[in-house]
Amino acid sequence: MAQEGNSTRQRDFAGALKHAALAALIAFGLFSLLVGIRTDTGSGGALELTARYEMLAAFVAVAFIGAFLREFLFAGATFDAASYVPAALRGFAARIAPFLGPAFLIVALAVPIIFYDNRYILDLSIQILTYVMLGWGLNIVVGLAGLLDLGYVAFYAVGAYSYALLAQNFDLSFWICLPLAGILAAFWGILLGFPVLRLRGDYLAIVTLAFGEIIRLVLLNWQSLTGGPNGISSIPRPSFFGLPFNSDEGGFAHTFGLEFSPTHRVVFLYYVILVLALITNAVTIRLRRLPIGRAWEALREDEIACRSLGINTTNTKLTAFAIGAMFGGFAGSFFATRQGFISPESFVFQESALVLAIVVLGGMGSQIGVAIAATVMLGGFEFFREFQQYRMVVFGLAMVAIMIWRPRGLISTRVPSVFLTKEKPVDIALAREEGRG
Amino acid sequence: MEYFLQQLINGVTLGAIYGLIAIGYTMVYGIIGMINFAHGDIFMIGAFIALIAFLALVAIGVTAVPLALFLVLLIAMALTSLYGWTVERFAYRPLRHSFRLAPLISAIGMSIALQNYVQIVQGARVKPLPPLIGGGYTIIDSPVFVVQLSNVQILVVLTTVALMAVFSWIVANTRLGRDMRACEQDLKMASLVGVNVDRTISYTFIIGAALAAVAGIMHLLYYGVVDFYIGFVAGVKAFTAAVLGGIGSLPGAMIGGLLIGLIETFWSAYFSIEYKDVAAFSILVIVLIFLPTGILGRPEIEKV
Repeated sequence: MAQEGNSTRQRDFAGALKHAALAALIAFGLFSLLVGIRTDTGSGGALELTARYEMLAAFVAVAFIGAFLREFLFAGATFDAASYVPAALRGFAARIAPFLGPAFLIVALAVPIIFYDNRYILDLSIQILTYVMLGWGLNIVVGLAGLLDLGYVAFYAVGAYSYALLAQNFDLSFWICLPLAGILAAFWGILLGFPVLRLRGDYLAIVTLAFGEIIRLVLLNWQSLTGGPNGISSIPRPSFFGLPFNSDEGGFAHTFGLEFSPTHRVVFLYYVILVLALITNAVTIRLRRLPIGRAWEALREDEIACRSLGINTTNTKLTAFAIGAMFGGFAGSFFATRQGFISPESFVFQESALVLAIVVLGGMGSQIGVAIAATVMLGGFEFFREFQQYRMVVFGLAMVAIMIWRPRGLISTRVPSVFLTKEKPVDIALAREEGRG
Repeated sequence: MEYFLQQLINGVTLGAIYGLIAIGYTMVYGIIGMINFAHGDIFMIGAFIALIAFLALVAIGVTAVPLALFLVLLIAMALTSLYGWTVERFAYRPLRHSFRLAPLISAIGMSIALQNYVQIVQGARVKPLPPLIGGGYTIIDSPVFVVQLSNVQILVVLTTVALMAVFSWIVANTRLGRDMRACEQDLKMASLVGVNVDRTISYTFIIGAALAAVAGIMHLLYYGVVDFYIGFVAGVKAFTAAVLGGIGSLPGAMIGGLLIGLIETFWSAYFSIEYKDVAAFSILVIVLIFLPTGILGRPEIEKV
């Protein structure tokens, strides 16, 4: 509806008003019943209606004013987020970019020291790091190999349940279960990936979604093994090289002559997930330089060209899938040991969407971008905790907005792994335009 | 035998609902090659609009059920297609020339936003509607099992058949249908020969959403309850139906819908009701692996 107005770049008051009236009419149609009337379950069990005129009026007014401003003030102006950043700032950003990673690392290492007394910040940081790790794991699949995986949370679940069941039934310690959980998740990745990786991009996405749901439903219904909706509780906590975190003699605090504090375990968990996340990062960076990593990126850019050059696309995809799944499994077993309780509730599709949104928002393939996106998103979720319901709407709309304005994510420059003479960042958006048309 | 017949009737009814939703997926996929992930939520919104419209009509004194149902049908189709149009206009159209996965990611975002929007404005509780159409026919009255065909089931199947007929006629005989078929074959070429591609795609979304709204009404009448979460599972199953029938093919969507409805019903009846969704999702995986073009679909040729 904006096309007609866009061609002439002049401010047309009447036209904008007409446009805004149309927008208000559409908004009225959209919201008249769903917003304007509230349904409540009455005393007799039947639904009762309550009119909400003010709320409806507010929605329509917002649409009217928004459309008017957009038409009248920004008529014909193409919105480009990048152009709003002043050149000087962009130059500065380019200069500090190489220091961003180390700076983040130093902050991450210092968090438990600075916030030692603040349990809330510590817990939130552990959660953020878990999602950073998941984001980096999924980044291998989505960002590097270009396979859209909507069921990533399934591998997270496999890891969590593997650890919980192995630890409870065979009395194995966390450090033995961790690699086992990763291997099992990778195995599941291969098992699920093998038949479906021949599929095209969006078919693959739906199949992975279906797999994610299948695994969740099986966990929910296989009562005898997984406890069904009640989940598994009292999962063993990790120990510090065999020293448990308790106040007994022989515990961590006693051995090192410290006064017992429950914070010791939290700090320990923090460093465990930090190390796990850094391993994920290091492995990803190394893999990108190996032939397999280059094959992934080539595959993402053009599958047909890859096949013509003799790359075994199925195997290449499968390794990406399996390695991504393995890191998901590690993160899952960490999640299980940290929570001490897991249930299928923690592994719903929304979780997959959240991890995917972190990868997308951070700029697919950019490691530091994913870390920033995870921090911003989970920090934002915490900050707006009172608006719990609204934040999911904003989250969904943000995914749409990012795709429209910054389809390459916030950090859309990426250092290529191979270069001819000297290192220079390439704007993927530009590079890709040519290929896709 | 009686039990089987009863399940057959239930399965066909369920399949008709899936089929109506599946048409929305298959048309959009056929024309712009994207999975409209938010379509299931459009279906859910249609069911909600129908519920509220019906209660509002009763509140203002329209109590005759046939008249009220007819008005609800019109209101729900009109308002839901407005949602379909808006979603396409704001979330998908700007991405027409973006990279391959952008529209799908945008659709996932839209799906999450719509689901939570309905949850905020109408609450997370299950909304019940008292049965509007009672009665039915007893087909076999044996002492072992009584096979019944309810009036709602008849209505669901008849409406679906009628809508399919109207819709097939539109696609085969009108200017719009011709434009749609042209866009499906080649979007760029269609625009070169004067088809207004943007408008055709908008109409596709409008029609898809209107059919989803009808499916929403059917769902509401058949089950008598609606909540904000029904769109996700129904959406994935309807997509499975579209893939099973051959994506891009309209009769395929209907056949796929029927098959999925039957498989789900028989699975629940003879095996286990807990795993009925697992059965439906497994079908999707199996079909995509062994029969990626579906029953009536055309093989996709990749061009460089």
